[in-house]
Amino acid sequence: MSIQQWIKNEVDSNDVVLFMKGTPTFPQCGFSGQVVQILDYVGVPYKGINVLEDDELRQGIKEFSQWPTIPQLYVKGEFVGGCDIVREMFQNQELQSHFAEKGIPTRQSA
Amino acid sequence: MSIRNLIEQRLREAFAPQSLEVIDESERHRGHGGWREGGETHFRIRMVANTLAGQSRVARHRAVNDCLKPAFDAGLHALAIEVRTPDERDPRGGGPASLS
Repeated sequence: MSIQQWIKNEVDSNDVVLFMKGTPTFPQCGFSGQVVQILDYVGVPYKGINVLEDDELRQGIKEFSQWPTIPQLYVKGEFVGGCDIVREMFQNQELQSHFAEKGIPTRQSA
Repeated sequence: MSIRNLIEQRLREAFAPQSLEVIDESERHRGHGGWREGGETHFRIRMVANTLAGQSRVARHRAVNDCLKPAFDAGLHALAIEVRTPDERDPRGGGPASLS
């Protein structure tokens, strides 16, 4: 399986996927850490994938989305944005609505 | 040309912004991944531009990222992007932006 196929498979088979530096319990970059905090606050289950573990993945994810930076959030196979976009959406309640529209339960909506 | 000047020049040419701030935040990331001696690795841009009207957030960020590809190629590591049109509220508070 190529790295592109592997990434595609991950974002298709998990509702919410965050490609990040470090892990949700130990982010190794402030931008990744901000998105982790937001997702945890919203209370949505997600899969964190550490791009620092694999150089091919770290480059591959940038090509997959044609997006030059990490973190990258995917919901139902769709690229949502990086740290700034996720934070803006969260502040405007758009992130919470986005999860609701996609049928993904969050603690706040429960 | 410094990366800061490269960023500023390319953004001005591509978006004809009403206001633009290019802030080098590299020092705040000293010792973190991607940081290197001399700075110019971590930047924040604050841009107000009419030319962004009618585009989604992702489209705007993509347009900025694409425009700044030469800066990424030259060593830019992290880019925080705050962009809006003059009609949109400044999320950092205050009223509509004053035009510079």
